[in-house]
Amino acid sequence: MSDSILWYTTRGAGAVTLILLSCVVILGILSTLRVQSQSWPRFLTTGLHRNLALMTLVFLGLHIVTSVVDPFTNLGWASAIIPFSSSYRTFWLGLGVISFELLLAIVATSLVRGYLGHRAWRAIHWLTYAAWPVGVLHGLGTGTDTWSAWMLAITAGCVAGVGVAIALRLTSGHTDPLAPQRAAFRAAVDRREAR
Amino acid sequence: MSRAHGLVVDRIKCDGRGLCAELLPELIRLDDWGYPILAPGAVPQHLLPLAQRAVEECPVLAIALRRTEHRR
Repeated sequence: MSDSILWYTTRGAGAVTLILLSCVVILGILSTLRVQSQSWPRFLTTGLHRNLALMTLVFLGLHIVTSVVDPFTNLGWASAIIPFSSSYRTFWLGLGVISFELLLAIVATSLVRGYLGHRAWRAIHWLTYAAWPVGVLHGLGTGTDTWSAWMLAITAGCVAGVGVAIALRLTSGHTDPLAPQRAAFRAAVDRREAR
Repeated sequence: MSRAHGLVVDRIKCDGRGLCAELLPELIRLDDWGYPILAPGAVPQHLLPLAQRAVEECPVLAIALRRTEHRR
């Protein structure tokens, strides 16, 4: 296989991963906001969220494998697993490794969510708010195409989309109509069990 | 006595996300606040796959399928 094909694949898969991951983050936030309409049931949001997340991992795998195999960067498999161990763009590539490993933890725990319990799963799922920005920084710092107009447009679109979703989430307050009552009840149960 | 399955909702965990009622309207409807009301009795055989899906899709893991003593 020609080296340039590997190099193009790495860059393309990186860009696709950014787009998919941003969509996954937005869908995840929309699901907590209980967005729905006549033609868009809530299970569609969560189903898309999950399936696009799995697809993100496929493109992320492609991105990582092609960049390691590519002789130009001369990375080696260790630098794809150990953060900041590559001689090539050490810092920016290390951010990519960190983001990748956080995403692996998030997906793996989601696949066994039923055994893990909701609280532990949710705590780990919050790591998304670290994995996504670290991944974006990785793209900005090491991306070959970062300053080309189309890649700037993609990155800006992804950041804007996720930014708007987070802003909506922060301003929406409780989405559970009986949240205060349930919190009071749960506190009472905890008190009784503590005795 | 056959192996019947029934749905149970953990009322403390449930926060009314409503996915279960979307996936299994045959057995689950929502009250005025969006919390599920289950049809009594065992889950009919042909609805078991949908019931299983409703269990898996619950965002807060508040609904479960349990073996019950219901006679079918």
